[in-house]
Amino acid sequence: MTAALYLLRSGVSVAFVEKLSPGGQVLMTAEIENYPGFPKGIQGWELADLFAAHLERYPHDKYNDAVTAFEPAPGANRVRVGDEWITGKAVVVCSGARYKKLGLPDEDRLIGKGISYCALCDGNFFRGQKVGVVGGGNSALEESLYLAKLVANLRLIHRRDEFRGCKCYQEKVQSAPNIDIEYSSVVRKLHGDNALTGVTLADVKTGEERFLPLDGLFIFIGFEPVGDFLPDGIDKDPQGFVITDTEMRTSLPGVFAAGDIRSKSCRQVTTAVGDGATAATAAFTYLEQLDA
Amino acid sequence: MAVQITDANFEANVLKSSLPVLIDFWAPWCGPCRAMGPVIDELAAEYDGKVLIAKMNVDENPATPSKYGIRAIPTLILFKGGEVVEQITGAVSKSSIKDMIAQKALG
Repeated sequence: MTAALYLLRSGVSVAFVEKLSPGGQVLMTAEIENYPGFPKGIQGWELADLFAAHLERYPHDKYNDAVTAFEPAPGANRVRVGDEWITGKAVVVCSGARYKKLGLPDEDRLIGKGISYCALCDGNFFRGQKVGVVGGGNSALEESLYLAKLVANLRLIHRRDEFRGCKCYQEKVQSAPNIDIEYSSVVRKLHGDNALTGVTLADVKTGEERFLPLDGLFIFIGFEPVGDFLPDGIDKDPQGFVITDTEMRTSLPGVFAAGDIRSKSCRQVTTAVGDGATAATAAFTYLEQLDA
Repeated sequence: MAVQITDANFEANVLKSSLPVLIDFWAPWCGPCRAMGPVIDELAAEYDGKVLIAKMNVDENPATPSKYGIRAIPTLILFKGGEVVEQITGAVSKSSIKDMIAQKALG
């Protein structure tokens, strides 16, 4: 959204392609407390709506569907959105990241039947019940603290014997009366026909397995790039995130990347906004040179 | 705009509907549901007279989601002749919903 905003303000004609509604992962975040200008914090959807309203001030073409193909060509890139092809002299890829799955058999089948990747969305369905949370980073700890207010008991399942997440969350999780931590444990198997009934936990040190009855399992084990449509020629890191230089230029001329889709270490709303502005400026310079 | 369905009118408007009905189960505090909102409203206009595209707020209407075992939102359920013919959980693109409607509702 920032890249589009900067390009529109520079007088460039922009086709804005969004699979769902503007905001992406910001919409899945309950409270954003580290975006400057909002000292009391702001709800993720409120911030996303404000970004979208800001962009709305500048007329542009909107496409509300997923990108299914991308054929790069200097000065005439083609992007397929739904059934339609759009041609652009430059492309800024801001497709972001999505949650990772455990990759277990039955995981897809049990989504919405006990398996969830969004505590804010689905926590209410597990009020007073017993749930598991998988993960050990900030998301897992933060979401556990949110869920612990709703559920009767929460088992936090982490494959290491210490957490990676911020100390402030670790202390809260460790002192919460209804959170029990299963260190050095991984989920080996999911059980349940029409609804999740429990999981098989394995101790990573001893290999010992045991059944843990659960009504729900929330999975927060990190993110992967949304880049199924990316062309073969674009340089990516081993995880599939797009490699750029400091001006957000990718390995393809006229193709830029900004936000969580980029290969980088800090994925925040603040850094995505900065990337967007940088990418737009580089794209504008590219367009000027192309037309010179 | 998509039609709002409630626990009270579910039987009359969905189970006894002569058209196939696609219901988006959502809640105001759910980010991915908000992400789906504009797509659902666009579909409501595109399928006017062919498929009834509707929304149900799970906070205000707990009975129907519970009856259909919904434990995650957004969930889309397609009903045809009062029966569930397809269910999708999580936010999905407009194209994938249109494919599902073409195959299961109009096919």
